Amino acid sequence: MYDGGKIIFGLVLFVGAVTFPAWYSLARGGKAAPPELVLPKNEKQCVESREYIRSRHMELLNEWRDSVVREGNGVYTSRAHGTRHPMKLTGTCLRCHSDRTQFCDRCHGYLAVAPYCWDCHVTPKGKP
Amino acid sequence: MDETRRGFLRAAGFTLLGASCASSLGACARALAGDPDPEALQAKRWAMIVDLPRCLQKEGCRACIDACHRAHNVPALPDPRREVKWLWKEPYEHAFAVEEREAEYGSAALKGKHVLVLCNHCDNPPCVRVCPTGATWKRPDGVVMMDEHRCIGCRYCVVGCPYGSRSFNWQDPRPFVQQVNEEFPTRTRGVVEKCNFCVDRLARGLMPACVEACRQVGPAAIGFGDLGDERSALAGTLRSRFSIRRKPHLGTSPQVFYIV
Amino acid sequence: MLEKALTGSRRYFGLVAILLAVIAAGVLAYLFQLSHGLQVTGLGRDVPWGLYIAQFTFMVGVAASAVMVVLPYYLHDYKAFGKLAILGEFLAIPSVICCMLFVFVDMGQPMRVANLFLHPTPRSVMFWDIMVLSGYLLLNIVISRVTFTAERRGLPAPRWIRPIILLSIPWAVSIHTVTAFLYSGLAARPFWMTAILAPRFLASAFASGPSLLILLCMLVRRTTRFDPGREAIQKLGEIVAYAMATNVFFVLLEIFTALYSDIPEHLHHFRYLYLGIEGKTALVPWMWTSSALAVLALFLLLIPRARKSDRGLTLAAVAVLGSLWIDKGLGMVVTGFVPSPLGHVQEYWPTLLEGTIAVGVYAVGGLLLTVLYRVATSVREELQA
Repeated sequence: MYDGGKIIFGLVLFVGAVTFPAWYSLARGGKAAPPELVLPKNEKQCVESREYIRSRHMELLNEWRDSVVREGNGVYTSRAHGTRHPMKLTGTCLRCHSDRTQFCDRCHGYLAVAPYCWDCHVTPKGKP
Repeated sequence: MDETRRGFLRAAGFTLLGASCASSLGACARALAGDPDPEALQAKRWAMIVDLPRCLQKEGCRACIDACHRAHNVPALPDPRREVKWLWKEPYEHAFAVEEREAEYGSAALKGKHVLVLCNHCDNPPCVRVCPTGATWKRPDGVVMMDEHRCIGCRYCVVGCPYGSRSFNWQDPRPFVQQVNEEFPTRTRGVVEKCNFCVDRLARGLMPACVEACRQVGPAAIGFGDLGDERSALAGTLRSRFSIRRKPHLGTSPQVFYIV
Repeated sequence: MLEKALTGSRRYFGLVAILLAVIAAGVLAYLFQLSHGLQVTGLGRDVPWGLYIAQFTFMVGVAASAVMVVLPYYLHDYKAFGKLAILGEFLAIPSVICCMLFVFVDMGQPMRVANLFLHPTPRSVMFWDIMVLSGYLLLNIVISRVTFTAERRGLPAPRWIRPIILLSIPWAVSIHTVTAFLYSGLAARPFWMTAILAPRFLASAFASGPSLLILLCMLVRRTTRFDPGREAIQKLGEIVAYAMATNVFFVLLEIFTALYSDIPEHLHHFRYLYLGIEGKTALVPWMWTSSALAVLALFLLLIPRARKSDRGLTLAAVAVLGSLWIDKGLGMVVTGFVPSPLGHVQEYWPTLLEGTIAVGVYAVGGLLLTVLYRVATSVREELQA
């Protein structure tokens, strides 16, 4: 191929750069322990099942947002438990998970996700 | 550039474009979630009456403004250019676009007096018409609503409002909110906000904050009710008392009426 | 063909380097605006749109003006524009990109720009403006690429490109009409609520765009071995003359309506522009300068001996650009907000940061223009040889 030397060199550089996070943290002793979440003491049951929440809580929150703000409907019926909850981030989710640094931020920080919910949605008093 | 290389780049470019289109189509699917709040107040057309003579009994009173701004975490910004306000007072001549030549002969009861102004939740809102993302719209019950999640901050609605009712967040408002009400979110910089007829309170069966506050301090000058229900107190008042609206000739059909 | 832009004289690379430096400054300034919010601009509650949207409006006009070259050449077979057409199209592309960038830097939540496409709202003129601008960009890219590639190979352009070229003619008019509609349908702003706004926009576009093209042609003639042709440049001068005369006429029509009707809500804005209100006179010197430049431009354009000389035409083009840039930007956009719907007189002046970002956006357009013109002129030089 034309310019083969340059292309192979560029490819090596590229693959190296893209895989950098992986081999860099491996080289530094690679502690890949999953984040420790502090669960609320008073409630044992969330709005939905743990698996659903873990993988789809963002979808759920978007559904809630559209339902409350755009449709004007504020009450959610849990698919798993049939219980009814007001569709509020601060008022429902944070009622139990009141300290987001012990819960939400743990996974988000670990995965370098920075949701901007907190720009507007208030966390309960005393907490950041 | 030689043909095969160009052909390869072209094919790669189109593939990338196609893949990104396909993935964004998936994002369009959505399911509806909820039920209405059980205690919510319902109406066909929410409207408000401001009884000016009663309000002016207590000149300089700010009870309604403070209640509104406190309930909704409206920031208090010192620079008038950057102010965010949902409810405030303007001199009568400014609020009702009375030109200088006309103002000379105005009624003494109103001349130069400060009257309450807010979003009029027009029946034919020009701000809704211009919003390019549907971040503001008119609800079936008449409230002109804002979705601060969708707002891109283009400020076209601010430009389109004939009453100057809308405020843009030129900076992060949080530092300027004196006391955060945890029941209601704040906004972030880069979005537009305005009076929302207290839809969050209506959903809990409560009257708007300004209405309550005015009742509590005495004048009870702000009335709120269903204009679509002819038996409502509000509709009755409008039939029996003379009222004016701001800039009626524009055809916006404001739903905030002023008894003079 | 773009590889042609990778070779050039020292002067060429010097220009590219300067533009890149300006772009870098603009990017840094924009990052600052992104983190602090639009409070870093001179905008405010009563003047929500300023420098950025003013430049957007001006550049839509420049982009639309390509039609003034395309129409005579492709529709009426005016052969003298043969060498010029590509330069016109290559001016339109960076102009549209500048427009889009100006809107982008003005947004409060630019990360949400996708909402414009995810949640299309056909009742909003802004939605349509974005659609027609994107379409126009695509049209110009396709047209210029197909016609220029064919020319480079010494072949006639494929037949199917002709209807697309003809489509670009009403499309060019539409982009500026829709932009005018952004303003002229707003009950809230009586200064803009006039049917003549769209014709005014088009007239000033067809004066300022070709003026810029004239200046670029003069520059190309001096710095490369490619000559767009004296007749073509002269014809552009005639087009600018008619368009500028029409534009000035339209402005006088507006002034008459405001002054004679004596209706305060129309009169106030003109008074602010030319005399100032309540001691606020920031725009007054600018507007009188714009008027003086317009008169100068008309003299130079309407007197044949002045227009036919290179220096006269160059001066006229500069005067037109200066006059209309002030008129469209400051004199049209900002004035719509003063006084506000509540009768407030809040003056606006851009901040240094705002200016840096705006100049940065122009530098992006300038860089694109430089690259495209380098491609066009070097291919043409090859073909001439």
